[in-house]
Amino acid sequence: MPVQYPPYLFLALFLVVAVLFAVTPLILARLWAIFFSPQKPGPDKNATYECGLESKGDAWVQFRAEYYLYGIIFLIFDVETIFLLPFAVAFAGLSAGAFLAMMLFLLLLVEGLVWAWGKGVLTWR
Amino acid sequence: MDEGLRSELSKQGIFTTSIEALYNWGRRSSVWPLQFGLACCAIEMIAASMARYDLARFGAEVFRPSPRQADLMIVAGTVTKKMAPQVVRLYNQMPEPKYVIAMGACAISGGPFKQGYNVLKGIDRYIPVDVHIPGCPPRPEALIHAFMTLQKKIDEQKLTGAQRPRHLDPAAPSEFPVPKFGAHDLEPPNNPDVWHPPEPVTNA
Repeated sequence: MPVQYPPYLFLALFLVVAVLFAVTPLILARLWAIFFSPQKPGPDKNATYECGLESKGDAWVQFRAEYYLYGIIFLIFDVETIFLLPFAVAFAGLSAGAFLAMMLFLLLLVEGLVWAWGKGVLTWR
Repeated sequence: MDEGLRSELSKQGIFTTSIEALYNWGRRSSVWPLQFGLACCAIEMIAASMARYDLARFGAEVFRPSPRQADLMIVAGTVTKKMAPQVVRLYNQMPEPKYVIAMGACAISGGPFKQGYNVLKGIDRYIPVDVHIPGCPPRPEALIHAFMTLQKKIDEQKLTGAQRPRHLDPAAPSEFPVPKFGAHDLEPPNNPDVWHPPEPVTNA
């Protein structure tokens, strides 16, 4: 009959070995630093930026909220060009109804642009 | 440890070593150079790291793009006065122990551009250079030879005592002053703690 081991003993053992495996090199490195190789930090060594240049200014740069409206108008007309291309390709074979539907679509977008223009979104302040 | 006892033990299949030898062996067998080139020497440096010359045979094929992960700086090319502060700062940001190979005529003395108004006449004015390689540009074999010289140098380093290298000495600096842009030249024009130019010989 095989010997019965408590089932969680392996888990506990595994945990101990795992922790030792991780901590031992750290302790050895610490001991090495104490006995042989002293730690010598400095302003350059502790600097965040590591390309040889000194960092200038603040990382917390703010963008104007207006940029959001500007960007979304650009995005709308960017998507519109995707619709315009197949429209131009199939233009000769289109019915009058399809042409009118496309013109209505364009009109809606241009109307939005005129509204944004009137609101002064296109003026960068 | 006595050399005779060591060889006697090794005959019996027992390998003995010291922490110092083990440490130096580990250091010299896995040198990670900093990946940056300044001029044409960098092309030779790239060639040395590629398949034909294969610097990987010496354990130095991992060129790191960050100074935090590198321990060897190969100054490959002309150091302009505009670039010198960046080179020194990169050196400062490398963790100890760190080594410098000045590769080519420009890096060791300014080379053919020595008379140029904006050329630093040798990077050893600001940072301690371990190995100088002459040549314009030095062939990859020359870089490999310099690397082997550096390995020999690492192998001979002491772990304790007065002869130990800088990084093991608590009093020695780990950062070197970064030169500033002055009105006419870098300020200071050299670091007197690092730069010891040979005295001119005069036949009186």
